[in-house]
Amino acid sequence: MPLESRHLLGLEGVPKKDIELILETAVGFREIIDRPIKKVPTLQGKTVVNLFFESSTRTRISFELAEKRLSADVLNFTASTSSLTKGETLKDTVRNIEAMKIDMVVMRHTAAGSPHYLTQLIDSYVINAGDGSHEHPTQALLDMYTIKEQMGKLDRLNVCIIGDISHSRVAMSNIFGLLTVGANVAVCGPATMIPRDLKKLGVTVFHNLDDAIQFSDVLNILRIQLERGAASNFPSLREYSRLYGISKEKLLRNKKDVLIMHPGPINRGVELASDIADGSSSVILQQVTNGVAVRMAVLYLIGTRN
Amino acid sequence: MKVLLQNAQIIDPQVKLNRTADILLEDGIITKIDESISIKADHVLDLKDKIISPGFADVHVHLREPGREDEETIETGSSAAAAGGFTGICCMPNTEPAIDSAEVVTFIKEKAKGLLVDVYPIGAVTKKREGKELAFLGEMAEAGVVGFSDDGVAVSTSHLLKYAFEYSSMFNLPIVEHCEDSSLTVDGVMNEGFNSTKFGLPPHPSLAEDLIALRDIAVLDYSGGRLHIAHISTKGAVEILRQAKKRGLKVTGEAAPHHFTLTDDAVQTYDTNTKVNPPLRSQEDVDAISEGLKDGTIDCIACDHAPHSIEEKEWEYIYSPFGMIGLETSVGLTLTKLYHTKILSLEDIVMKMSINPREIFNLAKAKIEVGENANLTILDANQNWTVDRFNLKSKSINTPFHGWELKGRAIGVINNKKLIINKQELNI
Ligand SMILES: [Zn+2]
Ligand SMILES: [Zn+2]
Repeated sequence: MPLESRHLLGLEGVPKKDIELILETAVGFREIIDRPIKKVPTLQGKTVVNLFFESSTRTRISFELAEKRLSADVLNFTASTSSLTKGETLKDTVRNIEAMKIDMVVMRHTAAGSPHYLTQLIDSYVINAGDGSHEHPTQALLDMYTIKEQMGKLDRLNVCIIGDISHSRVAMSNIFGLLTVGANVAVCGPATMIPRDLKKLGVTVFHNLDDAIQFSDVLNILRIQLERGAASNFPSLREYSRLYGISKEKLLRNKKDVLIMHPGPINRGVELASDIADGSSSVILQQVTNGVAVRMAVLYLIGTRN
Repeated sequence: MKVLLQNAQIIDPQVKLNRTADILLEDGIITKIDESISIKADHVLDLKDKIISPGFADVHVHLREPGREDEETIETGSSAAAAGGFTGICCMPNTEPAIDSAEVVTFIKEKAKGLLVDVYPIGAVTKKREGKELAFLGEMAEAGVVGFSDDGVAVSTSHLLKYAFEYSSMFNLPIVEHCEDSSLTVDGVMNEGFNSTKFGLPPHPSLAEDLIALRDIAVLDYSGGRLHIAHISTKGAVEILRQAKKRGLKVTGEAAPHHFTLTDDAVQTYDTNTKVNPPLRSQEDVDAISEGLKDGTIDCIACDHAPHSIEEKEWEYIYSPFGMIGLETSVGLTLTKLYHTKILSLEDIVMKMSINPREIFNLAKAKIEVGENANLTILDANQNWTVDRFNLKSKSINTPFHGWELKGRAIGVINNKKLIINKQELNI
């Protein structure tokens, strides 16, 4: 059964059966990762280019590992967006790379919609590894995989995403994906970090963390993206952490045992207290491991078509 | 030379004309209007089922010359205007150098000499459009500008705006305002709303337009002068204009065809040709603009023709410049979206595209009356056609309407003793 979507540009509009297929396929790859020899020949002879216009060591390494474990040939292309000002367009860059006969492109870019634009320029399959504040589908898929692994289901589970929703591609992909598979989704954060009309997507909006904790089975805590100007959305980090930082005391006060997730890297003591980040409810490191398996599944399903 | 225009529906609300008749032109002057004129003429055009209107004028056009002649020149922009059915255009001052002195005004007028389309420069409000000190408004008024604007941005401070109103009122010229509170739109590339949330693009709230419209009207009320609000795109700004007119203030406004045709849904494909400033808005805003045009709140339709090179529009959405071309789709979109949907009558459209803009900016009269210069637009309101961006007179092709089926277009223009009909040009 192949994927309905040709590329993986985001989770908006991706049918439930595609998401389920990716998550099921990832189970098999997750086992391979635990074997002494962690490599399969599935993508032998295929060339994958990791095209990173915005630095993200974690995501790039995870993709690269997934590609190598599938035996693909891997090319890494890292360009800062400042090269754009030198007059090299995305169009020139990718057309040059595709002329070298490649099969798949994994792209990270600061501009929302760039992977969509990319699909108009080249014939290769495109996987979005994060575009601006838009989507980061494989992150959401690995989050969903981890939730399912820990809780046994996704359907009708209460998941709350906490923090800077307005600058977060992780939040958007999670919202689209989780709603599609039948979870109840909420967000929690200061009003200045909740984008306009978000409720229209069908999510609940909390501004009070206690309410959010009481609602939730899972807390997916986002990184405060200081580098993206988030600091102007609230008065100070201290105040943010007082209102929205997750601590043991806040969890206890709501008598709540919830699954703690975070896409990393953590600002310790800001969005998450250390004892929670490293505590027994935290699955932050499992997310990282699962990320490789989920990306292998995506690369496999897209890369082995016809 | 004699030209006989036969059997057209002649519409000129200025002289309460709306009937089928013939018009005789002699050396570019209207010499006879009658049921049926039989005379031996040098050119006879049978215009059965066509419409003759006073020449259309678009008061918001970017010509890019001087500075970016690769994108548009005064000559190519004028050809695009003529092809789109216009006999007059006002060109905005954000050129390089900016139109902020008599020299640049004169340069443009020289370049436009002898063209069918009359080109009317609008001068900058502030030197280099920097928003620091008033430009040479008096000197530019003498050189022939028809208004002042820092288009691209709003007049930077209330203080300068007050001065601009006071100073420009000495020449009875309007201040044309690009309403945008830039503190609210930093990095914003599309309308703030559900779609900007979904598409992950930095938002540009409608509040930014409403706030400057409110500020400008407050300052106008205090200082006197004339205000013309450019490219109205929000429901809020329509209502602000409506109330200001009720209070009797000297304020007028324009709307662009893309703002009554497209919503921000069009951004879904990340086609950079949908990136305009002000941005495409919500359905509610689109409806409010149609309503404002219908009830007379919005005085004219102007396309904000903003040519950009292919190279510049091939950037990622957030990096590409704002603007789409519009001169050659304006009449077609207006007829399709407002006339064939019964929002505006043909008389209304003639008011919005010829009579009102000419009056607000004191442009050459276009009146269908014996003794007047022939300054005319010829329309086929029912012709179906397909927009082909590779078949335009403009030097740039940045339009999101490529491939659109439209109903109605301009097929000819007459002005300055020149005639273009069905792309054929004649000196008359
Ligand atoms: Zn403007
Ligand atoms: Zn403009």
